[in-house]
Amino acid sequence: MNYHWNWKIFWDLTPEGSGTYLHTLLVGLLWTLATALAAWVIALVLGVIVGVIRTTPRKWAGRFCNGYVELFRNIPLLVQMFLWFFVIPELLPKHLGDAIKQMPPPWASYVPAVLCLGFFTSARVAEQVRAGIQALPRGQRMAGTALGLTLPQTYRHVILPMTFRIILPPLTSEFLNIIKNSSVALTIGVVELTAAARAMQEFSFQVFEAFTGATILYILTNILVIYGMRWVERRVAIPGFIGPAVQAGGH
Amino acid sequence: MAMIEIRDVSKWYGSFQVLTDCTTSVEKGEVIVVCGPSGSGKSTLIKAVNALEPVQKGEIFVDGVRVNDPKTNLPKLRARVGMVFQHFELFPHLTVRQNLSLAQALVLGRPQQEADERGLKYLDRVGLIDQKDKFPGQLSGGQQQRVAIARALSMDPICMLFDEPTSALDPEMINEVLEVMQKLATEGMTMMVVTHEMGFANRVANRVIFMDAGHIVEDASKAEFFGKPRSERAQQFLAKILHH
Amino acid sequence: MFGQFDFGVITRNLPYLIKVGMAFTIELTILVIVLGIVFGTLLAMMRLSSIKVLSAFATAYINLMRSVPLVLVIFWFYFLVPYIGAWIIRSPTPVRVGAFLSSVITYSMFEAAYYAEIMRAGIQSIPRGQVWAGYALGLNYWQTMARIVLPQAFRNMVPILLTQTIVMFQDTSLVYVLSITDFLGAASKIAERDGRYVEMYIFAAVVYFVICVVISFLVRRLQRRIAIIR
Repeated sequence: MNYHWNWKIFWDLTPEGSGTYLHTLLVGLLWTLATALAAWVIALVLGVIVGVIRTTPRKWAGRFCNGYVELFRNIPLLVQMFLWFFVIPELLPKHLGDAIKQMPPPWASYVPAVLCLGFFTSARVAEQVRAGIQALPRGQRMAGTALGLTLPQTYRHVILPMTFRIILPPLTSEFLNIIKNSSVALTIGVVELTAAARAMQEFSFQVFEAFTGATILYILTNILVIYGMRWVERRVAIPGFIGPAVQAGGH
Repeated sequence: MAMIEIRDVSKWYGSFQVLTDCTTSVEKGEVIVVCGPSGSGKSTLIKAVNALEPVQKGEIFVDGVRVNDPKTNLPKLRARVGMVFQHFELFPHLTVRQNLSLAQALVLGRPQQEADERGLKYLDRVGLIDQKDKFPGQLSGGQQQRVAIARALSMDPICMLFDEPTSALDPEMINEVLEVMQKLATEGMTMMVVTHEMGFANRVANRVIFMDAGHIVEDASKAEFFGKPRSERAQQFLAKILHH
Repeated sequence: MFGQFDFGVITRNLPYLIKVGMAFTIELTILVIVLGIVFGTLLAMMRLSSIKVLSAFATAYINLMRSVPLVLVIFWFYFLVPYIGAWIIRSPTPVRVGAFLSSVITYSMFEAAYYAEIMRAGIQSIPRGQVWAGYALGLNYWQTMARIVLPQAFRNMVPILLTQTIVMFQDTSLVYVLSITDFLGAASKIAERDGRYVEMYIFAAVVYFVICVVISFLVRRLQRRIAIIR
């Protein structure tokens, strides 16, 4: 058993001539972040809307939103990725589908990947939003109504401001998840961090250096996000109010 | 040597001292009641007797075996010391019958059938034989505590420790538990009881220990203690507890 | 709108999809549930241990696994396992490890970190008095864990263990990145061979969806039956 370590490999030039291997990994990291951030915007907007509707008294809308969450939670992310990439363009009107397929690289992969991760994560965000709203004392909603606020006003000014503070920790872990999950986009051709490490491994044959590099970059990103969110939590914390933790599972 | 010997025991949680130079003993067949305000260290002291709470200084002996000695086989020692907790601590995932036989089979190696019979015998003695197949959650607090006593007894303990056995009970259930304990005392069981039930102490105890802020302030015979406690703290405590 | 599609491709290839693909997925899932929960529980106990070395190791392992994407872990183990195998049997060259064994090791090691955090929360949810009661009856650490703490911790955690297991079942599809023929791998091979992406991937989605929904329903019923009366 002999593996030849070569940690200097990161400073060697790639055969493609695009720079050093370290550069390859860092560009990969940028794509990871670009994918995750764009998808996070979709996930937050859709997740909040769906999560809120699930707690309103409208029955049929609530049922529709439950179905939405179940749909995205019970199909593997990779299958959803293939649905957005291979299937949706075929089901759209022909000119639209062709337009999507003929987008120049890397957008033909990037756009479906962002949509996929956004919708996938929105179901999980919706679940957190619902749980957060239901964790609030029922009296809050009644107090809003008793003051003469309409239902939307009660949500806007009473319920949601507290809910967001309660669900910040689980949202942080969802954001970490979306960063990790963006690696699945390599299957449809997005050269994010994991794919970049794969490319480096294939060209340089230094398997473990390549993966170690990617692993360290993932860990650093994690640490940055966690510290960033802690800072946000402190900024928005309300004295005398400690939100109950909402359990977050999954990857 | 006494059944339980506690010598110069001190304990700290970090820099906070919870027990300070506590010394006392319980003779075979004796019943002693430990009382005192909450936070006085009485629960910590009784848990130290079977090493559920480690102590940093001093020595504790049970039946001549040193408890706070790393070489002591603690499971073996604890199997001989019965303990009853404030919150009963029956195992909620096991039936009453299983609660009674688990440790007998696991620790004493008794055959399951023998363990079962023995457990049920004690369950009968605490008057709950009808409840043998229920889960703890289906019993009242008083019933649960009687099962817990039966569970401890079915291990054939050489002495029994009671850590506030009635303070988590509704008032109407306190007596059924105290009666079981009183019966046990008249049968000659060695007992160390942390409790606020001064009536029980007056009827059953040989000695009363009063603790305050981690110190054993008073260690007197029942007559002395209820007659005229020496310390002012004990007098105040008694006055509060007896006149409410 | 489905006029141009041929859903007959599914029925024609059903034996391959199920006997080869789904069989792999289900065997992998079951083995990983068992090994993952066993390793995960051990990791949780290590993490809660008062022995500093054990708890530091477990904490580092769990945090490492949880901060890296599964896809990267799959690649890591794919290349690492042959070297570990060589080290175990003292072979001078990396050993060949089959796709199935390699997947079982990878997923067990990865899921163990997630199960460990669930079991840790479960163990910590058991009141301290239960441990005291076990010790007071003369049970040792392992007996107290095995007979008193873990059975209760496990029951308390069934809903979250279930959620995690369904996520894991879905994640087994990621063996696709090693071109392994699990259920999705089988579907995708047919999709590529016959150019029937739409039919095969919709079918795969429906199958996963139905399995996950049915399993969550069944386990929720089971859970009501084993709930502890308090």
